[in-house]
Amino acid sequence: MPAAAEASQLHRGEAGRAGGDVRSDVRVTVEERRSGGIELDLHSRVALYYGENIRQQVLDAVHELGVEHAHLAIVDEGALPFVIGARVEAALKRAGLGGNTAALPDPIPLPSASARDRLRRSRLYLPGNEPKYFINAGLHAPDAVILDLEDSVHHAEKDAARLLVRNALRAVDFGAAERMVRINQLPLGITDLEEIVPQSPDLILIPKVETATQVAEVDAAITRIAQQFGVTRPVWLMPILESALGIENAFAIATASDRIAALTIGLEDYTADLGVVKTSTGAESLYARQRVVNAAHAAHVQAIDSVYGDVADMDGLQRWGEASRAMGFEGMGCIHPMQIEVIHHAFAPSSSELEKALNIVAAFEEAQARGLGVVSLGSKMVDAPVVNRAVKLVARAKQMGLIPTSDGGQP
Amino acid sequence: MSVIATAELVTNGIGRRVPTLVNGREQTPYAGVDGHSPVGNKYGPPIRTNSDYPRNGDKRAPDLETALRLCGLRDGMTISSHHHLRNGDRVALTALETAARMGAKDLMWFPSASFPCHEPVIDLMKSGAVHHIEGSMNGPLGDFCSHGNMRGMGVLRSHGGRWQAVQDGEVHIDIAVIAAPTADFFGNADGAHGKSACGSLGFALTDSVYADRVIVVTDNLVPFPCIPWQIQGNDVDYVVEVESIGDPSKIVSGTTQITRSPDRLRISELVARFLRDSGIMRNGFSFQAGAGGVALAFVDYLARMMKEAGVKASFVRGGSTKYLVDMLKEGLTGYILDGQTFDLDAVQSIATDPRHVPTSPFTSYNFHGKGNFASIVDACVLGATEVDVNFNANVVTHSDGRLLHGIGGWQNCLFAGCTILAVPSFRDRIPVIVDEVTTLTGPGELIDVIATERGIAINPKRRDLLDAVKGKGLPIRSIEEIKAEVERICGGKPAKPKLGDRPVAVVKWVDGTVLDTVWQVLEDNPYSAKVAGGE
Repeated sequence: MPAAAEASQLHRGEAGRAGGDVRSDVRVTVEERRSGGIELDLHSRVALYYGENIRQQVLDAVHELGVEHAHLAIVDEGALPFVIGARVEAALKRAGLGGNTAALPDPIPLPSASARDRLRRSRLYLPGNEPKYFINAGLHAPDAVILDLEDSVHHAEKDAARLLVRNALRAVDFGAAERMVRINQLPLGITDLEEIVPQSPDLILIPKVETATQVAEVDAAITRIAQQFGVTRPVWLMPILESALGIENAFAIATASDRIAALTIGLEDYTADLGVVKTSTGAESLYARQRVVNAAHAAHVQAIDSVYGDVADMDGLQRWGEASRAMGFEGMGCIHPMQIEVIHHAFAPSSSELEKALNIVAAFEEAQARGLGVVSLGSKMVDAPVVNRAVKLVARAKQMGLIPTSDGGQP
Repeated sequence: MSVIATAELVTNGIGRRVPTLVNGREQTPYAGVDGHSPVGNKYGPPIRTNSDYPRNGDKRAPDLETALRLCGLRDGMTISSHHHLRNGDRVALTALETAARMGAKDLMWFPSASFPCHEPVIDLMKSGAVHHIEGSMNGPLGDFCSHGNMRGMGVLRSHGGRWQAVQDGEVHIDIAVIAAPTADFFGNADGAHGKSACGSLGFALTDSVYADRVIVVTDNLVPFPCIPWQIQGNDVDYVVEVESIGDPSKIVSGTTQITRSPDRLRISELVARFLRDSGIMRNGFSFQAGAGGVALAFVDYLARMMKEAGVKASFVRGGSTKYLVDMLKEGLTGYILDGQTFDLDAVQSIATDPRHVPTSPFTSYNFHGKGNFASIVDACVLGATEVDVNFNANVVTHSDGRLLHGIGGWQNCLFAGCTILAVPSFRDRIPVIVDEVTTLTGPGELIDVIATERGIAINPKRRDLLDAVKGKGLPIRSIEEIKAEVERICGGKPAKPKLGDRPVAVVKWVDGTVLDTVWQVLEDNPYSAKVAGGE
């Protein structure tokens, strides 16, 4: 070993949380050593049940990351294996160890790839550095989960959250939910993509987008990384407009990439940019939301609304969701699983709406069968755009499970 | 000490090794849910005569010490108390400490349950004043017993089992000390009124009827007659007036809170949907749920579904809370039959609404009676620390074998028409669904449904329930499937903690037979385990 390196300081790194009311996380503290192999000091609330399992996992991870000499102190609050792996790797990397290697958890089978126009009524935000919320998120059956690396993650924890979210994409079963990740603003967002894209996320949310160039930059990075890692499934984009400038550029942004599946708005930042108070009726953001709806439809992508912040007010949420649907949005964000069902209800067509649409579609199909150019319902002629709207509504209602399907699915 | 050392072990009717001798008494091993037929007569307390009591009815003694002396306190006696004052109780500990100060040794404490406020009883056991406890033990008391520090063996009984043990003469209560929120000088007592009101006094009823001597301790002495009189003065020897019997803020909670945990709410909603979709929720049905966060949320969901469907219950069983009281007020149930009263709304209700009825472990739970309410109830929602693939369940110990909490009415409630255990499939990383429970508290043949956040498992014996919910869109899965999924999430099967080979407590079945043994815990601090380093 060269003398200079010999004299250099030995590094230390720490990641994860423990103590107090922390659950399902683990604090890993690494001290670099010159010799002596790997020494492990393990305290775990589940030591009796998984002590040996944890020891083996940590040693395997350390080995995989090419570290030969180090002391690891581990305080475990019942973290699941994908969390332990992420925290060990984060701690080692913070200690300057492990180079460019990764200790990836075994992957579970990927769910089927996401369609551009799939249902996106609800998307459940999961703070990217809070592992306890991950494992059961899919059980609440949102249309999507968002593993968030941006606002819900402290700037000092971005690297650790990135590894945790990466591992979650590999090892956590989110059920039928679309697997979305909100990256950070550029350029940090590109660093996020390097870890995230190889794990085939279904959709990337880009925060605080103001120009089409930003979207193009993300698109190019995804294409490059996907090629490098052989990712063939689609990775869609959903830009979030969160400023007056972003709203002004809505259409340019919505058409900036073929990957764009939806356009959405972030009302906290938008109202802050305007210097106005965000209200539960949303009069202050009416123009911006209408602009998003219009730009999205012009670009043939979905318009998706912001979140409703008061988790205790289910009636307010219902009203907001119904108004949002009436404006032309197809979904909104959720910050608590209890909001999901209310949102799905709000974005569902009413039974009379649905009945009317079914009648129109039936009349249309009958006209088609009889070779008639004109669709009529009773004594009234039905215009083509009305037929189109009805066909779309019925298709959506089928996706929502509101119409019994021929394969015996539940209404 | 010698009792434990010489205890012989036999294998009982459900394959568990149990001692044949506990605290000097011969035991009958568990022989099946209905396997034990008692013979003989009930225990009878001594006959008393009016001649020995004041003609004017005034049984007041100046203080607890005097009352204990007049009751003939001596070494080796059994002193009982009830737990309606929960963690606010001041009376049980004061009685034991007073007895210790009077020089009594080797007492057996026989509470209907113990709480963290009773931790100082450990000092009384160390000093020799208290020999052992027969009753629920948790927290520090549980650890003391789990580590084998108690001189006698712990005996864990259900609420109904406690009545059965006293009634059958298995436990002889020498002196019952009954904390009463309201009483008169004759000893009539009531729990629903007074500054320390706790609602029902049902758990104290057996003690008042069967104990040799009964002391009522109150901080609200009212002129005769104390109405209503759940405890009857004719059973009472002495009345002691004190400044305070307990801390009201710890006796009842101000408002009981529904859980906000999305996973627990999901379990609660699934249970309510199960009752609705299986057809159990119908006009005139009945149910019981406790006061835990999941149970409260379940009641809230069920009440909404009942309103939607226009369904009314004939009665509900408490542990009562605001949520049951609201159902009573809204006409969603005809009655609340109440075993214990948890919050201010419920205490207020039991004091004023004649349809909110206090009950006792005799009427509700005692297995050696001519039937009881528990088996009339259509559905009961309970918790558990572990359940196994045979639907057996554990409520008394952690997975590591340490005593966690008492049985309460849990075993007795298993006799409901449909018994549902609402549990998370794992806690932290510890699977709740396991191959075999650490401590058997309830046999799987009485457990019909296990509802977790990952799906609902129905006992294969209940073909009728499986058929009833078919095609209703509920996530019905086999217990093995849920277990396998949990083990996948947790990273494999958990290791089985090694327990000692010395019994420290037994779990009684509702009929007084021994269902399982609690073994001494070996590890000092399971939170911390130093593991040797790498290769």
